[in-house]
Amino acid sequence: MSFDDIKALLTDKFGAEAITGEETDGLQPALLIDPDRIVEVCLELRNNPGTYFDFLSCLTGVDYGVEASRFGVVYHLASIPYQTQLTLKISKENNRELNELPAFPSVTSVYKTADWHEREAYDLVGIFFEGHPDLRRILLPDDWEGYPLRKDYKTAEYYKGIKID
Amino acid sequence: MKYTQALENYNQKIAHAATEDMVLNMGPQHPSTHGVLRLELITDGEIVKEVIPHIGYLHRCFEKHAELLTYQQTIPFTDRLDYLASMNNSHAFVMGVERMMGIDKDIPKRIEYIRVLVCELNRIGSHLIAIGTYGIDIGAFTPFLWCFRDREHIMGMLEWASGSRMLYNYIWVGGLFYDLPVGFEERCREFVDYFKPKMVELNQLLTDNQVFINRTANVGVLPLDVAINYGCSGPMLRGSGLKWDLRRIDGYSVYPELEFDVPVGKGEMGTVGDCWDRYKVRADEIAQSLRMIEQCLDRLQKELKRTPDFDPRAKLPRKTIPKAQDYYVRCEGAKGELGFYFMTDGKSEIPTRVKARAPSFNNLSVLPEIAKGVMIADLIAIVGSIDFVLGEVDR
Repeated sequence: MSFDDIKALLTDKFGAEAITGEETDGLQPALLIDPDRIVEVCLELRNNPGTYFDFLSCLTGVDYGVEASRFGVVYHLASIPYQTQLTLKISKENNRELNELPAFPSVTSVYKTADWHEREAYDLVGIFFEGHPDLRRILLPDDWEGYPLRKDYKTAEYYKGIKID
Repeated sequence: MKYTQALENYNQKIAHAATEDMVLNMGPQHPSTHGVLRLELITDGEIVKEVIPHIGYLHRCFEKHAELLTYQQTIPFTDRLDYLASMNNSHAFVMGVERMMGIDKDIPKRIEYIRVLVCELNRIGSHLIAIGTYGIDIGAFTPFLWCFRDREHIMGMLEWASGSRMLYNYIWVGGLFYDLPVGFEERCREFVDYFKPKMVELNQLLTDNQVFINRTANVGVLPLDVAINYGCSGPMLRGSGLKWDLRRIDGYSVYPELEFDVPVGKGEMGTVGDCWDRYKVRADEIAQSLRMIEQCLDRLQKELKRTPDFDPRAKLPRKTIPKAQDYYVRCEGAKGELGFYFMTDGKSEIPTRVKARAPSFNNLSVLPEIAKGVMIADLIAIVGSIDFVLGEVDR
């Protein structure tokens, strides 16, 4: 199934407002999805016999820069039976306060791969995933302050009173 | 506070388990965790009720570094992801950058064949470590020494080509660091001839060893649907019986021109997807890699011979500025699907975001699922059969 067919399929199923746009200028086209619908969309893409995107290759949390104050998640799906790939993107505007993280629905119920990848996105970019079963920090210590892959992150000088060189 | 809720739940679970069952820490310095992985086991006697992996002891901020350095400067950092198969890492990274630049079709054939040759050599080295340390994990000492003896030849050859034993920085965007040294092809062929009988010996010693089979067959069975849902790839996924090799599926570089089979787990000794199957897939892949190396050598010694005016740096771009786009490149590393996701702004030589999708990270995430209710001794067998490298898990 080609990119346009998949787009038509999702538009049929979820209405035009579920797909907020598309990016086709790069080497890999991407579909922009309404953040609230991402779980349904992933479930449909995984279970539909025409698409069978059963393999989540990669999940990336993205900070789109200080001016844009926009955060997003990029999903790279792969279909093992059809040997195709698809990129989905969700994003929303959010401030950079550490106690008001941008929140997206978790796709752990569809792809178990997302479990650790979402923990990593939470750990490094500071994106909260609603409905994740165990959203703890994964790579950094539990009491680490800040989210290092944010564009406004200042490198910590001390950790628990110990100077970091 | 909803951001700390998960941590509180976890602390409560451990506190509760400490009164009912026993909480046992395996690692971070346990020899069979192959690095600094800490597994927190909730055990009831000898039975493992739950495994909670704690990773991040080897976190070196690869993604942050990649956002601060140019593509060429990032290549040495990619070597340090899966440090047992550094060539495969840089190959994947370089391939992604070349495709974004649109120069992937201009790379001379000789360079592509050299890349595949060193990648496959490195894959053998990585699988030899996997097999050798797997033996030592469950009590067989000799295979470990044999594997390291043979791996030493590969290390020596790659050092000869690149100047470094493990972290090569050999594959560059648009070319190579240097051409292969004079006599490399002959030495490599000598190694292949030397190594083939050694592999037969190793199979007699370990693969068909009844003690080894008893320890690994029917242990840690990973069903195919679970493997796919958890994003397992490489020998993990093939051990569960699926013929999924990105060298075949995507056919990148010169792999479509090479003949090789994709070994899968068949459940010969027990159930499909058990530890023995995963081990066997790796042992068979070594033979396939040797086949590919021979074909590469044939081409490199005949139609793609070294010529005095051949310059492996001729196609190196002066400025590596891809146009603004996102690109996800995937390739078959030694452990599975190795991917890099790039976001570029089209103005600078520095990407705005790089994410490394490490195969070991996903392969390890399935451990709590397949290690539920096994004996502690079997857990060691399962951990060894996953064959992860902590440099790649923690990045």
